[in-house]
Amino acid sequence: MFARRRFAVLKNLLEYVGIEPGRLHFSWISSAEAEKFQKTVAAVTEAVKALGPAQHMIKDIRKVA
Amino acid sequence: MEAIAQKIREAAKRLLSEGKVDVVIGYAKGSVPMREYPYFAYTPEEAENLTWTSFCCNNLALYTIRRPGRMAVVAQGCVSRNLVNLINENQFKREDLYVIGVNSPGMVDRRKVQALFPGKTITEVIEEPEHLLVKGQGFEQRIERKKFLRSNCLTCVQRNPVISDEMIGEKGPEGHGGNIDNVAAPWEKLIPAERWAELQETLKDCIRCYACRDACPLCYCHVCFVDEAQPQWCGKTQDEADVATFHILRAFHCAGRCTDCGACESACPQGIKMRRLTSKIEKDIRELYGYRPGMEIGATPPMSLFRPNDPQDFIK
Ligand code: SF4
Ligand code: SF4
Ligand code: SF4
Repeated sequence: MFARRRFAVLKNLLEYVGIEPGRLHFSWISSAEAEKFQKTVAAVTEAVKALGPAQHMIKDIRKVA
Repeated sequence: MEAIAQKIREAAKRLLSEGKVDVVIGYAKGSVPMREYPYFAYTPEEAENLTWTSFCCNNLALYTIRRPGRMAVVAQGCVSRNLVNLINENQFKREDLYVIGVNSPGMVDRRKVQALFPGKTITEVIEEPEHLLVKGQGFEQRIERKKFLRSNCLTCVQRNPVISDEMIGEKGPEGHGGNIDNVAAPWEKLIPAERWAELQETLKDCIRCYACRDACPLCYCHVCFVDEAQPQWCGKTQDEADVATFHILRAFHCAGRCTDCGACESACPQGIKMRRLTSKIEKDIRELYGYRPGMEIGATPPMSLFRPNDPQDFIK
């Protein structure tokens, strides 16, 4: 429940700096909810795939080495 | 300003000679103009060095952290709010703190003043009630104080201390008239791609010196996440991913705690505007949870609290 507030602020912050909304997902899943877990993972994977490879926060070691 | 400074010195001398406190934390005149610095007076004689000018930009609440004994702190609105934060975060007890309260007239941004005199060296700045007399070799100009305030001081709404054991001078207006909502979170109106570009543009000159973190009274972790090596949360390079990670996470750690005191921006040698990040969080905390940091002793920090009806439409 504390996490809910922290995630709300973090999600807003990441979207604010330009991370695409569909990259970050949150879900309540209990250890007894196998089916919900499976469905959620599938949905997240789909959503992120649709966005394509990440554009930001990629460290290019050749640039900094 | 000088009349206030005189009263601060008198109060400090009295507190120290009566043995009420072990140290008075205030500001002293910098060795170059417009760079007043934090000063620790342990004796009545040292209290003579205290001052109060338009350039008291450090947040003195920082220096109370892990300091043994009883301390007096010269506190304008934002500093007092950070002191309240620290009390609420159990960093010290209210009894060990003596607040020498003072109304803030808004502090002046030395960069805005310097920008008027490109390439020239300012050797002296003399305080007048509504003006500053800026002098250098071969030039002298009187400027209007309020046109050169730091941007956070323009939108401040709490210039009087929220706690004080002794008030120096009169209480004054609480704000300057600026509305934080007109300037907070400036990238909200942009599309995502533009936001990322703005973030890069804002941070491009950052040299990772951490002066912003070190000047902030919220940052008192024994080991900061950027210094941690096992695991290394954040790389040490100037790569945009590392620089952005540092700034985004530092801002996030200030959630529900940042008082918009501006000490981070004032401390930055590169003129980075990191309040573009912290102001977004400050706004969210205010709008989502109705909370303004440091206004009240005993208030629970919003990130250490939850309510059954907290917004959660982002959770699937
Ligand atoms: S940035 Fe975070 S980890 Fe580092 S000192 Fe500040 S609060 Fe602590
Ligand atoms: S993040 Fe900056 S404005 Fe906020 S409390 Fe820290 S120093 Fe002050
Ligand atoms: S003080 Fe400025 S240059 Fe130094 S780490 Fe902070 S933003 Fe970067």
